[in-house]
Amino acid sequence: MSLELKNVEKKIGLDTHIYTTDLKLEKNTINILLGPTLSGKTTLMQIMAGLDKPSMGEIWFNDKNVTGMKVQKRNVSMVYQQFINYPNFTVYENIASPLKITGVSSDETKQRVGKVAELLKLSGMLNKKPNELSGGQQQRTALARALVKDSDLILLDEPLANLDFKLREELREELPRLFEDRDCIVVYATTEPSEALLLGGNTATLQEGKVIQYGKTLDVYNKPNSLLSAQVFSDPPMNITKIKKVGDSCSFLDNSVNWKSKINIKDGEYKVGIRPHNITTYKEGNNSLEIKGKVLISELSGSESLIHFTKGDLSWVSLSNGIFQKNVGDEMNLYMNADEFIYFDENERLVTNG
Amino acid sequence: MNKTINQKAWFFVIPVFVLVAFNAIIPLMTVVNYAFQETFGNNVFMWEGTRWFKQIMLSERFHASLGRQFLFTFIILFIQIPLGIAIALTMPKEGIGVPVCLVLMSMPLLIPWNVVGAMWNIFALPDIGFLGHSLNALGFDYNFTQQIGDAWFTTILMDVWHWTSLVVLLSYAGLQSIQPAYYQAAEIDGASRWAVFTKIELPKMKKVLTIAILLRFMDSFMIYTEPFVLTGGGPGNATAFLSIDLVKMALGQFDLGPAAAMSLIYFFIVLLVCWVFYTLMMRNEGNQ
Repeated sequence: MSLELKNVEKKIGLDTHIYTTDLKLEKNTINILLGPTLSGKTTLMQIMAGLDKPSMGEIWFNDKNVTGMKVQKRNVSMVYQQFINYPNFTVYENIASPLKITGVSSDETKQRVGKVAELLKLSGMLNKKPNELSGGQQQRTALARALVKDSDLILLDEPLANLDFKLREELREELPRLFEDRDCIVVYATTEPSEALLLGGNTATLQEGKVIQYGKTLDVYNKPNSLLSAQVFSDPPMNITKIKKVGDSCSFLDNSVNWKSKINIKDGEYKVGIRPHNITTYKEGNNSLEIKGKVLISELSGSESLIHFTKGDLSWVSLSNGIFQKNVGDEMNLYMNADEFIYFDENERLVTNG
Repeated sequence: MNKTINQKAWFFVIPVFVLVAFNAIIPLMTVVNYAFQETFGNNVFMWEGTRWFKQIMLSERFHASLGRQFLFTFIILFIQIPLGIAIALTMPKEGIGVPVCLVLMSMPLLIPWNVVGAMWNIFALPDIGFLGHSLNALGFDYNFTQQIGDAWFTTILMDVWHWTSLVVLLSYAGLQSIQPAYYQAAEIDGASRWAVFTKIELPKMKKVLTIAILLRFMDSFMIYTEPFVLTGGGPGNATAFLSIDLVKMALGQFDLGPAAAMSLIYFFIVLLVCWVFYTLMMRNEGNQ
């Protein structure tokens, strides 16, 4: 089983929503579409599902051309950012609705709904109507509706975006287990890099209608093929600065920081990407560089501290474990782990990830 | 929490009391005053107790006009609500068509009631009106000033023309608030157009439809100006709905006592029906 997009392009009027895309999704995988809002995730999913036709190119499913085939004939299911359930149906009727239309026997329906309801912790509320449920339970019902069908393709369009923090965390942890042992292809759209890392599988980074990189999630994270891909896959945003390498000595362009490096690349100027968690208030790794910064904002998030600071003309973000509260305008020392730098050339293509 | 006492608050409350007193309570109390007494002018009043109420409740004339009123209201609700939903469903959802349709739909609502009555009166006149003349030319024996059926037909047609737009606009607002994802989800399920209407659109429109039915019930139950200008309640008393009959009694015959009693009964019927209707709708809401 596989889903293949061949030279797919989507234009509406003069606007290009999806630039020419080739993508092959394999059986039993979770595929994450990671990108900011308006990067084309939803459009791409609707093309995959058959809810929308590509302007050019073809969609192949199981080595069969399914371009333009109606969505009802494709055995797909979809979960949306909004909690979409039939308002007048009970939870049971909602979950059973896709089975009812395809004419599954009532005994089998009962058994399958029961199983999915248990998996999603909905067993106790099968007789309730959606508007009696919390947002989390409504989304669980929508997820159950998608799972009960045994679809070949399950599409999830930012399913956690409308939930509050606690419910989101809770459901996010359950998600990988839901898709285990399922004979299907899962596509999951999200704006959050942490969600992609948690779900694993494969990730495609998207920006303005272009798929920048597709591969195993960890590979995409560790070896972004371009600066753009690295930026999409970084939250808080990645720090970027220019450096110069001559022999084994490297320095920032303004010469404020110098270090020795055994890194095996040609001499010259490079752009480096530094993830916020590699700039900390304490030394980390063997190749720790000390820099001085002036605090712009310092904020706490759980047991982590985000410190935004300026150094030279650039503003930087650092993420440290532990609670560090700084006043605006304070001068402070921060440490960068030079082993974790990601080097890009002048065209912003990857050179090496250290 | 400790509340501080500040008598200056009265300055903010008293104007409201005065305003409500002058536009609601005092006129209403005047009517109550007339309903329990007999007067021959000169500010001489005699206590009559519940006599006028009994008289009205037992009078055939009141029963007849109340019957006509209910019949009229049910007919127009029965036509306007489904028709309004149907029109709203066929209206475009985006593009230049939206403002065009909305403006066209709002036009009848912007015309004053007596103008609507006068327009339809001229429009329907059998000898010179476009509608009346055309119908007669087509071989129908149509004359709304003479024939009861034609008078009802014209009055109902006029009300449908004037007020269906309100139902359309409310239904359209309800439809527009349904997120596109609902339609997509139904498409994935393979739901039929009818299923989309009954399982998604109708339940989602329920609240605005409740308001539409309530508004149309009240307005049509209290209708006065349009039939007064169109038919004057005739022929005979055939289209004398409650308010027309009430004005005839109060100003035509100067039976102030019975008329006052009748307006109170009228008022309570409207209140009661609205309350029952609203409670039923809201209880349904709670069950879901």
